[in-house]
Amino acid sequence: MAATGSIQPGTMDRILQLPGRAIKMRLPWIPFTILTVLLVCTVFAPVLTSYDPGKSSILDSRTPPAQSWEHPLGTDVLGKDVLTRLIYGARTAMFISLVALGFGAFVGSALGLIAGYKGGLVDAIIMRGADAALGFPTVLVAMIIVTILGAGIQNIILAVVLTVWARFARMIRGDVLGIKELDFVTFAKIAGLSTPMIIIRHVFPNTINTLMVVTSLMVGQVILLEASLSFLGLGLPPGAPAWGIMVSEGKDEILNVWWLSLFPGVAITVVVLAFNFFGDWLRDTLDPKLRRT
Amino acid sequence: MQRFILTRVFQALITLWILSIAVFLSVKLTGDPAVYMLGPEQGRIEYEMMRKKLGLDRPVVVQYWDFLTDILRGDFGKSHFLERPAREVLLERLPATIQLAVAAFFLAIIVGVPLGILSAVKRDSVFDNFGKLFATMGIATPNFWIAIMLILLFGAILGWLPTYGRGGIDHFILPAFVLGWSAMAGMVRLGRSSMLEVLDSEYVKFARVKGLAEKMVVWKHALKNAVIPLLTFSGLTLAGLLNGSVAVEVVFAWPGIGRLMLQGIHTRDFPIVQATVMASGVFYIVSALMVDILYAYVNPRIRYE
Repeated sequence: MAATGSIQPGTMDRILQLPGRAIKMRLPWIPFTILTVLLVCTVFAPVLTSYDPGKSSILDSRTPPAQSWEHPLGTDVLGKDVLTRLIYGARTAMFISLVALGFGAFVGSALGLIAGYKGGLVDAIIMRGADAALGFPTVLVAMIIVTILGAGIQNIILAVVLTVWARFARMIRGDVLGIKELDFVTFAKIAGLSTPMIIIRHVFPNTINTLMVVTSLMVGQVILLEASLSFLGLGLPPGAPAWGIMVSEGKDEILNVWWLSLFPGVAITVVVLAFNFFGDWLRDTLDPKLRRT
Repeated sequence: MQRFILTRVFQALITLWILSIAVFLSVKLTGDPAVYMLGPEQGRIEYEMMRKKLGLDRPVVVQYWDFLTDILRGDFGKSHFLERPAREVLLERLPATIQLAVAAFFLAIIVGVPLGILSAVKRDSVFDNFGKLFATMGIATPNFWIAIMLILLFGAILGWLPTYGRGGIDHFILPAFVLGWSAMAGMVRLGRSSMLEVLDSEYVKFARVKGLAEKMVVWKHALKNAVIPLLTFSGLTLAGLLNGSVAVEVVFAWPGIGRLMLQGIHTRDFPIVQATVMASGVFYIVSALMVDILYAYVNPRIRYE
């Protein structure tokens, strides 16, 4: 009761009615379809293709696309099937970006909630930290991390978390500044609830809208970031099925094996576009106020 | 105004100081240089002597102080891999990066701003549709991929432009375009939205009601105010350019510090990494500082916040 009772009227309803309203509203069908395909690829990668993404077969190497049914998108220099690697690449991209975004959103909203609610010195310290994180070129941060810890999937995730948390902190803090002035927070204080309790049960639920919108708008950027780090060889080991790595594999022999770089790049662009459009739509549906920011 | 500048300069110095700590620690945490220098088969005594020789037996704070005074003098140590002072290599590579960044920056402004403004003024025209498409693609397409596709098209297939290394003006075209690509798209998007907002404001309506010619209204009254957000954005653009320059330099074999930094990381050449990271950091912080001051100059409201 307490948790839902203090949510501003309509917020929970809007979230619950989302599926129903989505059908009535102009749902972004194209991005939706693309994201569904992406999700299916992520979850069912081994079912969708009979090849192993890491298995090479020298006899089939450098098959151009559309030459045979076995390899519709061709094969790479080692004879690995490009379509298979694209499908597994979806898995890599989704895994890294969702884990990194999850951590980033968690750390960022926790700090944003604390900064907004506490104010004063705590707020100043957290927000200066956020400014610094937003201010630093991401690739530079990633490079420092890779220098310290070495390349690897967990370090890509760490680099992404270190740069995205600040965006969440900033947006959530802005929300909290308004929410903490509302009557139900005062009532909760009078009722004698502890501060962590007020933040978790009364303030946080009202920031879920913002959280969802910021997350959906960030996915595309995080996928791009992951792709560039992989491309530079700062992430997964060479040969791993990641779109960024696949693009870089084709770059030295671009005239001979143009399809190696072309398809993963198209995949990145299409997926990022789909996430961006979906994020825009979610923002307009859930929280038209945010449109201006 | 003076107070504002002083505060910002102070903040910039703090940021630089934090960066120097991060860089110092990044080297500390990666491993013991004495082990690297000696190799595995040396004994305990040689190891202690090496540590003493390198100054590693002293307290960390003292070591940091030495590091700080060294980098303030521009001394980053000697590159293990290239066997030359890192500063020398850095200074050799720096002009290439700055030239490319400046070229990309101006390209982004020259193409992006007019396209964005025009897109707003001639709403729903061909310009506008093109502008919107460009703005959407610009934030969704990875620049390293654009680079490779342009190399394929203009270099390999058509053979119109050189695709690697530094040289005449023609060597700049592809890298500068790719580096400026997402900034350009950002300029279009922001230019369009801020111009649309200004065109909707009361004073523009008033100017129209007053009977001013539409050209006067747009170019004289609206444009000035629409440009302010673009100015802030240009500061962020520089950061973006720095981000993008590593990939662009790698693809186009551009002999700049981005590629040097990546080589340094792959060969674990710490003096090079330190030098390039510090140089990029300074470049970034100083450009952000300049933009902030310029912004306060143009928009008086900021100074008093």
